[in-house]
Amino acid sequence: MQTKGPDNVYFFGTCLVDLFYPQAGMAGMELLKREGIRVVFPQGQSCCGQPAYNSGYRDEALKVARAQVALFTEDWPIVVPSGSCSGMIKTHYPDLFKGEPDEAQAVAVAGRTYELTQFLVHILNVKLEDKGEPVRITWHASCHAQREMGVLDEPKALLRQLANVELVELKREKECCGFGGTFAVRHPEISAAMVEDKVADIEGTGAKAVVSGDCGCLMNINGALDAGRKPVKGKHIAEFLMERIHGSH
Amino acid sequence: MPDARAAILSRLRASRDAHPMETVASDFTVLKEKRCSPAERLERIKQMMEAVHTEFIDASDQDWPTVVQAFLAKEGVRTLLYAPATEAGGRLASGWGEGGPELVRYDRTVDEFKEEMFTAIDAGITTTLGAIADTGSLVLWPSADEPRLLSLVPHMHVALLKADALYDTFWQVMTENRWAQGMPTNALLISGPSKTADIEQTLAYGVHGPKRLVVVVIK
Amino acid sequence: MAPTDVNFGRASRTALKDQQLRANFRRAMDGLMSKRAVQFADPKEWHAMRALGASVRVRALSKLPELLEQLEANCTRNGITVHWASTTDEANAIVLKIMQDVNAKLAVKGKSMVSEEMHLNAFLEKHGIESLEADLGEYIVQLDHEMPSHIIMPAIHKNTKQIAHLFREKIKEAEYTEDVAQLTDLARRVLRKKFMNADVGISGVNAAVAETGTLCLVENEGNGRMVTTVPSVHIAVMGLEKVVEKLEDVPPVLSLLTRSATAQPITTYVNMITSPRKEGEKDGPREIHLVILDNGRSKIYADEELRHTLRCIRCGACMNHCPVYTRVGGHAFEAPYPGPIGSILVPQMEGLGKRGELPHACTMCNACVEICPVKIPIVEIMGRLRQEAVHPGDAVKDAGACASMAEALIWKGWAVMNSSPTTYRFATTIAAKLGNAAPASLPLLKEWTSVRSKPRFAGRTLHDLAREKGIPDA
Repeated sequence: MQTKGPDNVYFFGTCLVDLFYPQAGMAGMELLKREGIRVVFPQGQSCCGQPAYNSGYRDEALKVARAQVALFTEDWPIVVPSGSCSGMIKTHYPDLFKGEPDEAQAVAVAGRTYELTQFLVHILNVKLEDKGEPVRITWHASCHAQREMGVLDEPKALLRQLANVELVELKREKECCGFGGTFAVRHPEISAAMVEDKVADIEGTGAKAVVSGDCGCLMNINGALDAGRKPVKGKHIAEFLMERIHGSH
Repeated sequence: MPDARAAILSRLRASRDAHPMETVASDFTVLKEKRCSPAERLERIKQMMEAVHTEFIDASDQDWPTVVQAFLAKEGVRTLLYAPATEAGGRLASGWGEGGPELVRYDRTVDEFKEEMFTAIDAGITTTLGAIADTGSLVLWPSADEPRLLSLVPHMHVALLKADALYDTFWQVMTENRWAQGMPTNALLISGPSKTADIEQTLAYGVHGPKRLVVVVIK
Repeated sequence: MAPTDVNFGRASRTALKDQQLRANFRRAMDGLMSKRAVQFADPKEWHAMRALGASVRVRALSKLPELLEQLEANCTRNGITVHWASTTDEANAIVLKIMQDVNAKLAVKGKSMVSEEMHLNAFLEKHGIESLEADLGEYIVQLDHEMPSHIIMPAIHKNTKQIAHLFREKIKEAEYTEDVAQLTDLARRVLRKKFMNADVGISGVNAAVAETGTLCLVENEGNGRMVTTVPSVHIAVMGLEKVVEKLEDVPPVLSLLTRSATAQPITTYVNMITSPRKEGEKDGPREIHLVILDNGRSKIYADEELRHTLRCIRCGACMNHCPVYTRVGGHAFEAPYPGPIGSILVPQMEGLGKRGELPHACTMCNACVEICPVKIPIVEIMGRLRQEAVHPGDAVKDAGACASMAEALIWKGWAVMNSSPTTYRFATTIAAKLGNAAPASLPLLKEWTSVRSKPRFAGRTLHDLAREKGIPDA
């Protein structure tokens, strides 16, 4: 692992961040830039292709995936503020592009893809200073971050650096929140049962905010928190970290 | 059905030949490494088996029949089924004193006394091939002389275990003794009295097999 | 008894309304997960064991035809009669003939998922033969005319009170008691009479050893040994994938099985059967029959990716860890195999026309993949089956049965929109500006908003903000 960071990185925002949580994307890029890295955001980017891939439409997923691969022409790391999208690129692109003319490029892209907190901890070894007021939060570990990208302690390691943040763990931190992409609309009642349990778990911690690295999870959990008129808010970790180091919360 | 056999095998063969499977050599190191010292083996066996309600009594090579009889008499066991044609069975019978449980000979086929075996026999006694420390298990190789129902039908199973016949793992006992070269009609590992957790995951002992397992450690 | 009108959506919605069921399952799965974790507390040992287990199963699959032939040859030499069945109908017919040849009226059964696949009990009953489940959990569900809801703990959906009422209602000599020891003792008395009198014993097979022609069975209760030893005829039914090459392959497989399934280092009994009663022996069956069942497995075997479904050792750990299974229980799957393994196995056995929804009963969280003791790529196969469901093809029964013109067009449109920067920008600009006005009653939004607020589109996208901030594009 390099301790000095690279000079340039690509940032792949993801479509959910693009449409629903652009501030999380900006925060993610800011976290990288303040380490002295030149962050590049190819404007041609759209979606990693996972929705189609998981729905059984590989050709369509490939079409979209290949358009993304073509954007990352330089040999720079690709940082993604999402466990599921980085997981799609890293663990599924090699299989998706098998036998394709651009297989080698896709495999190379997959090999240089990082989930954001992974990159911040292992490559940049960032040090964070907490300027915010004391607050209790809890962390929701997204399934793909944990199980596809192997991101286990990195986000919590970052959160633990914040002196005024009390991190209380969920009873079932690793249990799926019930989003599952199209699952949430295909089996809404089961998804609802799962997110209700997650919300109850969150409430049980007494936390003011639930932090997560994945916007699919956040949309799901926030939607349920909001519908239940709960005072707890869900935040993307990038946004949360930026707020803490600027003392804006 | 010869048709089914031929059809199934030819389908499987064609599929496998069209797409051979890559295999990885099996590495048994993890099993080979599960060793404990001879001194620890018995301790571990007792610990694991007692955790699932097995009972242990100690005896010597000379006095085990007396020890067994005294134990069974104390427990109110009225009948003990045993294998008269084995060496242990012979020792048991000749060492059996007055009073205490009635010895019943398992010297005919079960078909000739099935109802009696199920309803009128309190305990059965068998030898063992040894015991396994990793899992806390007795190894039994029933035979023509020492039939398998001895350790299944009576409500109590008394098992004679030689203190020096102890193994580290199931894998070890089977490979060291070359079981693959000749398996008996029936070979058994027994790790405790019969049990179930099918009723709301609550453990209950003595379902269909013996309610009690008593291991006599012979030193 | 085979359900013809299966509908996972409907069945799962029914299950979700049953608060008792949900509580039973949550408690049971929590217990099974935490106990299993204790068994595999050493990560190094876990990784080494599962690598070994996976290699044993893959090696067996790589030689499957040869090993089945070797198994048959050795079993036959040992005195075990081997039968082959392509379909469950054939298997049932074989079992019936064996039983009719000995005028059997009562069979006692050990637990066997293959026999559930065959709907064997119902078939035998139709032909006037009583087939009594002897495993306590199976006995309970049989009394209540239900299917098992879990492959290891068939009555896991019931609590003690429910079982107490059931016994009082269905067993003649039973008094009402909620004492587990008393309930167990009652079952012991009832079933021992049956073991004594049964004409035939039926069992499954946990592992069949090709090298020695040995059938290995694990159990805690003793009913497995009873049904394979007391009656004069023993019939063992097995799926053709359950063969292992060598006797030494058995210890790692059984260790992974028992520790994953019930968090035990070993079950009370490990029963290794190599022949029927020999000359001079005083007990044991006079006849042993092994029925090897295909029922779609050879088709699964034909596909390079899908064949790894057949590694399964039926431990049930996948369903114990599945958040979807925990919420809806086993009956919602309306199949002998529920949970993650069921969702990949049953559609391949019964076809995607009937079971195309099962691969979607999954959030792809990978909890099952993490704990599968033989490393089956369950989620990968789940994704592959989703693809097969909507595209015609030969690899899976009824591939393409769920194809929908509308759905295909939506994804084609999505691909067009996302593969060109211009169309993407166009579409997202509109969405960002107008998306929040979409009524909650729209399809998809309707499902979402049943328990959640509508997601809020940000007025400007990340693309917009990045451009405004002057973040370089290359």
